[in-house]
Amino acid sequence: MDFLGVFSDHYRAFFVGAGMTALVSAVSIAAGMILGLFLSFGLISPNRSIRRASAVYRSAWRGTPILVQLLIVFYLLPVIGLDVPPIAAAIIALTMNTAAFQAEIFRGGLLSIPSGQVEAARILGIGILAIRVRILIPQMLRLVLPALINETIIILKNTSLISVIAVTELMRASQQIVSVTYRPLETYTIAAVIYLLMNLVLARIGAWYETRHAVAAAR
Amino acid sequence: MSFDIDMVLRYGPLLLSGLWTTVYICALASLLAVAAGLAVALIYSLPSRTMKFLCRIYIEVMRGTPILILLFILYYGGPSIGLTLEAETVGIVGLGFYGGGYFAEIFRAGFQSIPIGQIEAARMLGIPRLTIVARIQIPQMLTLIIPPSTNQVIILTKESALLSIITVAELTKNTTQMVNETFAVLEPYVAVALLYWLIIEGIAFAGAKLERRFSRTS
Repeated sequence: MDFLGVFSDHYRAFFVGAGMTALVSAVSIAAGMILGLFLSFGLISPNRSIRRASAVYRSAWRGTPILVQLLIVFYLLPVIGLDVPPIAAAIIALTMNTAAFQAEIFRGGLLSIPSGQVEAARILGIGILAIRVRILIPQMLRLVLPALINETIIILKNTSLISVIAVTELMRASQQIVSVTYRPLETYTIAAVIYLLMNLVLARIGAWYETRHAVAAAR
Repeated sequence: MSFDIDMVLRYGPLLLSGLWTTVYICALASLLAVAAGLAVALIYSLPSRTMKFLCRIYIEVMRGTPILILLFILYYGGPSIGLTLEAETVGIVGLGFYGGGYFAEIFRAGFQSIPIGQIEAARMLGIPRLTIVARIQIPQMLTLIIPPSTNQVIILTKESALLSIITVAELTKNTTQMVNETFAVLEPYVAVALLYWLIIEGIAFAGAKLERRFSRTS
């Protein structure tokens, strides 16, 4: 076994791949957050058909494997006349997937904010949009941050699947390295360690935020 | 774009055989995951610090790396250390130990929820350690651990789609075969999405039933 040899010969490919993994994860999480916010308000909307439609979206995207979703987006978009590059298809699929999970996280957060706040704001004549953007969302985001970090870790792990549609992220970079070195054990183990390190950093950020938040709450 | 239902029916047997493979691989992997998770959670509850540390490493590695890379290490990396397994076996073992990391955390939370006084009392009465686990701790944990366990089995089932990448002829693999043969995209993927949805609704339903049953008795 020659871990050091594989790594020192190909560290650039590993890091470029890891960079792509980080980029796709970050874009998908950010875009998914926006879509997820709309969806979470849809899930608690007083309008029955909006609520229904949001629930169907959530159920469909949470109830099918992300690999299948990825293949559907990648192969179906060209059929309806949209020719998108693999990386765009990957980001679209991951965004639509994480939006469903984030919406559920946000819904839980929104429900835990006392309804008296909204009632008071309404009596003061604050518009519904301002209530959501200025009162509900900031408080809710703080509450759900640990769950959001968790979701980010899940998405980061799931980006390994976009190697299937030929996006050169860490997983596919490793496959390419294997096809040169014929050392699958070493290469994939190095990739696993890189994934692990990225996720440990995310988990540390989450833990750091939680302790800081606990201190702020105690003050 | 029109939906060709005949094509789906023609490929029905292929899809159903994939469905069956998915179901039994997931069932075996879930059993292995529960067993591994329970074992790790029990070892974690021992007073030894080294054991706790080793368990932590297992849990962090399983939860911090993508399942696809674990499967690749087992399937492609295994032979270089003399471990040659069938793709299906890799699937069951890989998914099982991967899920074990998550189940360990579920069981750990469950064990923590039971007052330590009960265990101390049972020990004073001379009840063996394993009997304490099986007759006192686990029955009380069930209400707490059934919902996250159902969730975990659902996640595992969805992750099993990745086995198609290491050539296991499960649902997703058979669907891509259908795509390759018919050049149709819409029908196969809609059919496969519905089939997965069906399995997952089934698991969720069974989970809810179990939950109701055990919350009534406690």
